[in-house]
Amino acid sequence: MTSPIEDVAASQAHADEQAEETRKPTRFAGLQRWWNGLARPQQWLVLGLVAVLLYALPLLNPPLLTTPGYDFPIVLCDMARFALVALGLNVVVGQAGLLDLGYIGFFAVGSYVAALWTSTDSTMVKIPYLATLPLAMIVTGFVGVVLGLPTLRLRGDYLAIVTLGFGEIIRLLATIIPALKGNTGFQNIGSPPGAWNGKPVFTITNGTPWFWLFLTVIIVVTLLLGNLERSRVGRAWIAIREDEDAAEVMGVPTFKFKLWAFTIGAAIGGLSGALFAGQIGFVNNQKFDVATSMLFIAAVVMGGAGNKFGAMIGGAIVAYLPYRFGFIADKKYLIFGVVLVMLMIFRPQGLFGARNHLLAYGRSIKRQAARLRRDARGDAALKEGA
Amino acid sequence: MASHDNDIPGDEAPEQHERTYSTGHLSLDKSGEDASGTPADGIPTDSPEAPPDLDSEAAQIVHQDRDIAVAVGDNLVEIRDLTVQFGGLTALDAVTFDIRRGEILGLIGPNGAGKTTCFNAMTGVYKPTSGTVTLEGKPLRGMKKHAITRAGFARTFQNIRLFGEMTALENVVVGLDARHQTSVLGALVRSPRHIREEKTSIEHGMALLEFVGIADKAGELARNLPYGYQRRLEIARALATEPKLLCLDEPAAGFNPAEKEELMALIRTIRDDGYTVLLIEHDMKLVMGVCDRIVVLEFGKKIADDVPKAIRENPAVIAAYLGVEEEDADGAA
Ligand SMILES: Nc1ncnc2c1ncn2[C@@H]1O[C@H](COP(=O)(O)OP(=O)(O)OP(=O)(O)O)[C@@H](O)[C@H]1O
Ligand SMILES: [Mg+2]
Repeated sequence: MTSPIEDVAASQAHADEQAEETRKPTRFAGLQRWWNGLARPQQWLVLGLVAVLLYALPLLNPPLLTTPGYDFPIVLCDMARFALVALGLNVVVGQAGLLDLGYIGFFAVGSYVAALWTSTDSTMVKIPYLATLPLAMIVTGFVGVVLGLPTLRLRGDYLAIVTLGFGEIIRLLATIIPALKGNTGFQNIGSPPGAWNGKPVFTITNGTPWFWLFLTVIIVVTLLLGNLERSRVGRAWIAIREDEDAAEVMGVPTFKFKLWAFTIGAAIGGLSGALFAGQIGFVNNQKFDVATSMLFIAAVVMGGAGNKFGAMIGGAIVAYLPYRFGFIADKKYLIFGVVLVMLMIFRPQGLFGARNHLLAYGRSIKRQAARLRRDARGDAALKEGA
Repeated sequence: MASHDNDIPGDEAPEQHERTYSTGHLSLDKSGEDASGTPADGIPTDSPEAPPDLDSEAAQIVHQDRDIAVAVGDNLVEIRDLTVQFGGLTALDAVTFDIRRGEILGLIGPNGAGKTTCFNAMTGVYKPTSGTVTLEGKPLRGMKKHAITRAGFARTFQNIRLFGEMTALENVVVGLDARHQTSVLGALVRSPRHIREEKTSIEHGMALLEFVGIADKAGELARNLPYGYQRRLEIARALATEPKLLCLDEPAAGFNPAEKEELMALIRTIRDDGYTVLLIEHDMKLVMGVCDRIVVLEFGKKIADDVPKAIRENPAVIAAYLGVEEEDADGAA
């Protein structure tokens, strides 16, 4: 029999080793340290500059980034769409740790909401396109609750299978239900109002305004999700992901917060779907296959599950690469599959696996803890001297 | 490594720190200076001669101030005929005992006696096959785990179960959240209540960490904390839920005798601050020293329930436990 102390020491050593493993200095470590070292106003300034740069992207059309053979602003829209999807899916998969393989289902519901209430092919009452964005969020959020209520009591693999089925069911419903018009689909989906020189601003051929709309939505959603992250909600999600039973025993109503994560994620997926429908102006049942769901998951995992910026960048990359390097377009599932496997082996926390800060006023802690440490060191030095 | 506020407790502590920390629990004694001359965990709160100070700011914030319906010395918790069966195995067999407000009650027994099972049945992790647990006269049967926690039971785990990817402070704040009211909508728009709660939770959480003596690593990820820190963090997190009864499942497991002494001093301080403690511990000497009363389990049955002095002389306990303890001590040494 080994003594408990030895056991403990061994397991601690093992844990330390693993911790070391995931913290190997990376290309991004320096960047991250620099970022954490900035004061809050400086961080805002940097973010502001990045935002300005992003808004300017479709106009700049930078030579190396541009996509030969594809319209760059349209490609940017697609990247933004994936980024928004990854942002929403990150809440579910990255933060609450719920493996949702049917996220495309929510995206589809959002698209159909925009189509049904604005397309000239639909017999429903028409509402302004911009009103379909909140409506899509409400409807998909509701679908999220309906799907979540029975399934969130399941754990891990079971949840993955049920959600996978859900994604497929939504696609089949779009085919079967006559009102959803299957393969024929809906044309002339609405767009935001506004004209410039007598021509409408938002058209299906001009990606730039759509990209700006996407970007604005992404910024708002990111800010709101940031608020959630640094609150008891975000902490509950991470606690559930880390150890659901322990979270429950510490007073976290886990089911309630899992349902919230699922619902919020669904609503963001729906929002992205509605934007997508407007941007391409056409919706039918061909765009919502399970493989795309897998691409969504790949985006989140690749970027760094749990980190919203990482997830967004992951989403943008997954959308971008097939356009930039046309020759990989038809092999993209193979390539992303291989990349994912490599990542899981060599960098399981994803490309940008930075940790979230979960306290709204956590920045003062570093100073406080450092002071304590210095005090402690001072005391030790005193003792040494005595 | 000169003082650089940002590189100290942060997420990307430099290598050097990592190494110092990871061996921390093995070198808690003051000889633990590593070659580079950095004091390895020379933290005064960890030395036996400096247990957390009762008058400290921390202790005052931590001080128990919840309304408890029963007077000190009366029955806070009543456990009646509690039975837990796993298939054919009766892990807990009609166990009955009381926990009085303000006491430290020891729960002891040989390996597999059913101590942890008793905790699990009390805190809702296992559904008891039969029997009742009441807190301040109210039965807890059928309540959800998180509701039981909010009703007033908090516990630590025998095998540490912290939220590894969260910092020490964040772990504690999860416990504090059990008493928070902010809704998802409130957090989304940063309601005044949310802001108030976030601010107090930093203060309160740091006080709790200071109270158990690990505040200097508040910003470290829980999984990177030295073993002793993790054990103490479990206690801080449980205390954060403002329990009426604090259940500690072998909190000193894996500690050396000096560390055990410190921990027992901490538990006494917790009791003196107005908490009631239920303590599982293997080390008989420690239990005798710290507990007001002791309940002894063997094969799921209660075989004794008395003050330490009487327990020591109880022939059934000697037969069941003390005889085994000799071997245990040899094995662990
Ligand atoms: N989930 C479970 N399923 C089946 N049997 C269990 C389960 N949990 C505990 N047991 C059994 O119940 C008995 C009591 O276990 P318990 O963990 O309560 O003992 P303990 O007194 O805490 O022991 P230790 O000192 O080793 O921690 C043991 O025989 C154990 O194998
Ligand atoms: Mg046990």
